[in-house]
Amino acid sequence: MSMSTVAIDLAGVRKSFGGRTIVDELSFSVARGECFGLLGPNGAGKSTIARMLLGMISPDAGKIMVLNEPVPARARVARMRIGVVPQFDNLELEFTVRENLLVFGRYFGMSARKIEAVVPSLLEFARLETKADARVSELSGGMKRRLTLARALINDPHLLVMDEPTTGLDPHARHLIWERLRVLLARGKTILLTTHFMEEAERLCDRLCVLEGGRKIAEGKPDVLIDEHIGCNVVEIYGGDPHQLRELIRPHARHIEVSGETLFCYAPYPEQVRVQLRGRAGLRVLQRSPNLEDVFLRLTGREMEK
Amino acid sequence: MGESYAAVMPTNAYNWIAVWRRNFLAWKKVALASILGNLADPLTNLFGLGFGLGLIVGRVEGTSYIAFLAAGMVATSAMTSATFETLYAAFARMDAKRTWEAILSTELTLGDIVLGELVWAASKSVLAGTAIGIVAVTLGYASWLSILYAMPTIALTGLVFASLAMVVISLAPSYDYFVFYQTLVLSPMVFLCGVVFPTSQLPGSFQQFVGLLPLAHSVDLIRPAMLERGVDSAVLHVAALCVYTVVPFFASIAVFRRRLLR
Repeated sequence: MSMSTVAIDLAGVRKSFGGRTIVDELSFSVARGECFGLLGPNGAGKSTIARMLLGMISPDAGKIMVLNEPVPARARVARMRIGVVPQFDNLELEFTVRENLLVFGRYFGMSARKIEAVVPSLLEFARLETKADARVSELSGGMKRRLTLARALINDPHLLVMDEPTTGLDPHARHLIWERLRVLLARGKTILLTTHFMEEAERLCDRLCVLEGGRKIAEGKPDVLIDEHIGCNVVEIYGGDPHQLRELIRPHARHIEVSGETLFCYAPYPEQVRVQLRGRAGLRVLQRSPNLEDVFLRLTGREMEK
Repeated sequence: MGESYAAVMPTNAYNWIAVWRRNFLAWKKVALASILGNLADPLTNLFGLGFGLGLIVGRVEGTSYIAFLAAGMVATSAMTSATFETLYAAFARMDAKRTWEAILSTELTLGDIVLGELVWAASKSVLAGTAIGIVAVTLGYASWLSILYAMPTIALTGLVFASLAMVVISLAPSYDYFVFYQTLVLSPMVFLCGVVFPTSQLPGSFQQFVGLLPLAHSVDLIRPAMLERGVDSAVLHVAALCVYTVVPFFASIAVFRRRLLR
């Protein structure tokens, strides 16, 4: 990729705090217009990486380029074209929705006139037209998140850095955010998001990087990763002794993982597995397509924390 | 290393204004309560000590005790309002409210934020100092013009104590530590720096030590201005206050950088 088509480039980035390695020899590139996901459980280093891209944490080693600017050295210049949705809302609770946008626009050196010109379209985008003069403390969690997203767009950024944009939201609010993010992607924005929701990563990300303990354990398009690492149906079996069941279905499975009291059986012909289990009382059997959760389980031998 | 410190310093001469305006907008919503709160404490001191103690003391340095005290109270209220604004409000914006975090994701740097907070705290000092001054003028202990003369020093005093408090909040893990600064640094300073009695009453060795304290320099500038007398060694006092502003300003940015931008 030539530099002008690359939005983010990390090469051999390392960071440790107090002797504990948080990010370990991480390299990846994000193309302009792409939605790139950092997927991993809590403590995988996702937030640290997101903050590094903004110059809020300096790497111990390695190189970071964001929108053709070396970070952290010229992070301030890069941030002029970045919108940030932080993990925890940091809106001004005593201010109205409109005042939040006004105050934030000023931090980008925008004049009151310029801010007023873009506020209506931002409110419309965030579906907050009727809440313009409501105090933020009166808004629901989903509305606050949407306002944070609108605020991140005030400087018309090329790149959005979002740290767990839908954590803590109910399914309805989450779907609305996803829909809004797809609109932004259609407008050509680049998005880097961190998440521990497999569904979010699968739905939104063109490519993603699976992290564990600060290391990259897989990278690629979601469907390709699923195909490469799993490539067959999944039968989930609950109830009963997983270790005893494992022996029973072993001949028909390509691979078996036990996680807690659930047995995950990866089988090209799931019917054969079901036949083996027929007549056993107290078992619940669920057959489904493979997903990213299975990839993570396959690579690490454990489920991602929810 | 030098490069990374340069990256967090104020960007230019005006970026901080956005931070000041944010604080002004928040303050406007609670302005009345804020003004009353700022006035209550110094006025209690002024009337309680001024009338009560003034009756026993009589005249001090050729003026009534309450006029002597009023000048000290203007300096003290400038000190306390800048200190409290920084210790409590700015600390909350840096810590629990995550306001600084939000600002750090924009074009502004840590230095821009700290500078905006300092000027804001000094603005509150001007407000508080002026309010006491107006009371003093109304009661006939100072003239309107004298308040105008005192104004630059009130503002500078605000910058000094905001800057010092900025170092305290950059180091303090939580609110609980602020009380040490208040009781071990600020309260003794009020009694040592000529606010309630002339420093000439102190033992000689103490007087030399007091000459190092920022509040003493503020009082030595504000009192002559309010009593319309000539100021001795004004340049020295102003220089001392400037040093007390600039050194903690840069020190706090360096500590904040380690704390917030690891």
